[in-house]
Amino acid sequence: MSPGTTVLDVDGLRMRYGSTDVLHDVTFQARHGEVLALLGPNGAGKTTTIEILEGFRSRSAGRVQVLGADPADGGERWRARVGVVLQSWRDHGKWRVRELLAHLAAHYTAYTRPWDPDELIAAVGLTAHAAKKIKTLSGGQRRRLDVAIGIVGRPELLFLDEPTAAFDPAARHDFHELVRGLADDQHTTILLTTHDLAEAEKLADRIVILDGGRVIADGSAADLARGIAGEDEVRWVHEGRRHTHRAADSTAFARELFARHGAAVQELEVHRASLEQTYLALVRHAEQESR
Amino acid sequence: MNAVVLRAGWRRGVIELRQSFTNGPDVVSHLLWPVLMLVVMYFLRESSFGASGLLLGTLALPSVLGMNAALGLVSLSQQLTYEREDGTLLRAKATPHGIQSYLVGKVVSVSGGLLADLAIFLVPGLLIVKGLDPGSASWAALLWVLALGMVATLPIGAVLGSVFPSARGQGLLQLPVIGMIAISGIFYPITALPEWVQWIAQVFPFYWLGLGMRSALLPDAAVAVEIGQSWRHLETAGVLVAWAVLGLLLAPVVLRGMARKESGSSVAERRDKALRRAM
Ligand SMILES: Nc1ncnc2c1ncn2[C@@H]1O[C@H](COP(=O)(O)OP(=O)(O)OP(=O)(O)O)[C@@H](O)[C@H]1O
Ligand SMILES: [Mg+2]
Repeated sequence: MSPGTTVLDVDGLRMRYGSTDVLHDVTFQARHGEVLALLGPNGAGKTTTIEILEGFRSRSAGRVQVLGADPADGGERWRARVGVVLQSWRDHGKWRVRELLAHLAAHYTAYTRPWDPDELIAAVGLTAHAAKKIKTLSGGQRRRLDVAIGIVGRPELLFLDEPTAAFDPAARHDFHELVRGLADDQHTTILLTTHDLAEAEKLADRIVILDGGRVIADGSAADLARGIAGEDEVRWVHEGRRHTHRAADSTAFARELFARHGAAVQELEVHRASLEQTYLALVRHAEQESR
Repeated sequence: MNAVVLRAGWRRGVIELRQSFTNGPDVVSHLLWPVLMLVVMYFLRESSFGASGLLLGTLALPSVLGMNAALGLVSLSQQLTYEREDGTLLRAKATPHGIQSYLVGKVVSVSGGLLADLAIFLVPGLLIVKGLDPGSASWAALLWVLALGMVATLPIGAVLGSVFPSARGQGLLQLPVIGMIAISGIFYPITALPEWVQWIAQVFPFYWLGLGMRSALLPDAAVAVEIGQSWRHLETAGVLVAWAVLGLLLAPVVLRGMARKESGSSVAERRDKALRRAM
């Protein structure tokens, strides 16, 4: 698959449970090798969306293409190209870490050269626990194993639903390296959900924000910040006094500041809106709209 | 199904089987029934059945063996429901050919465990109970009845395991199974029961597995207490084959439907329900 190909194509996706619609007309794409973060408040529909793309849930309406196929009837070859890390697992508790990884890896041999279990265990930092029973792992260790299982078949497309929820800072850092490595070296396309906005900003090439089952933003972190008015923060010192001002167009504001005070403006700082501010503003705005 | 899947499934079965004999609670469940039944055998070994001159213990040992074989249905069904609840099946679904290798593994581990359980019961049982007549012909009968019995019952177990929504619902399965055992002439010859009960019992595989085992292990004279004074091998094979065909036709359809419905949310939902009940 070459760069630039559309790997994920979601168009007008709808999902209804009973009489409530939880996804309304969700549309987005991901290109080959892209890391896409799906953000949104609890209950926004992230897991539902991801499970439809994984082929685990059947949608109510809309067009969905994943690696050129409809996930509802993907088949085994398609399945071998997709890696899945669900929001929570507690299966195979009696199995040992290495045993399970080796067993699952064997299923991919007809399609690709799967990861060597020991190398993979080392890559997710579980070497010291390779012989342990899975039910004795801590929450974060278990999550690392989930990630390892998700990538054991060297997927072209990887779904990660809140992969780092229980990680300590070191594990999180290692995980970020791993994900960036998969994207940069193996050109794996990755769709991940997270509630950690710094993580999204660090990992994602593009961010899609869902709220109440609708896409309320789609773009890079910088694109999103630009779309929000009045968010940049400008700080400076004038005649010994500290000033703070929020400006939609911080550059124009600074120009005007200099025009008025000239060299008397000192210690000028411009803070671009963080993803966190952008996110909060977007979600708040969307919630006011829907009210 | 290709060789890779069969090999992976076989490995899976062997690993699960080993786990079931190294993990404390599982070892207990392997031993519990056989030991309990051996105790029953011990107390039944002296009492005789009516005027036939046959000992109850002698009659019951092969019957219990047949019953245990049929109970593979219950354990397969329980494991399927449980592993649907904990996400093992979903994991299989996320893996290419994973469901197939899961099922191969299940069949290997359940039937392997079953054979082990039968041996755990049969070997000491042969020492406790007198009056059995296991010749070489009878071992052959024992094997074909057992093999056919497993093919008749395991697919039905898979179907039941797929239709029960929760491990708790599985508990309900125990009742009809116990009822079935009670009317199937396991602990007391079926001819002592009213005729309409005998007819019901003869629809299900429990009775026929017991009969097949008795035909294999008892002396020929014992046929006197059976329905029609016959071992009815043809009918045994007929009923078991009918169940096997039914199970093998139903199981793939039901399993496929069940696997299609599995998703992370459905696993999470069942877990939440289970947690709420526990509180
Ligand atoms: N099986 C189901 N039946 C009915 N409603 C459901 C089902 N699964 C999810 N929902 C509802 O759909 C909505 C979206 O849920 P979803 O799990 O996709 O949210 P999410 O964005 O992943 O949230 P979180 O951040 O908490 O993981 C929620 O309102 C949820 O209650
Ligand atoms: Mg979720």
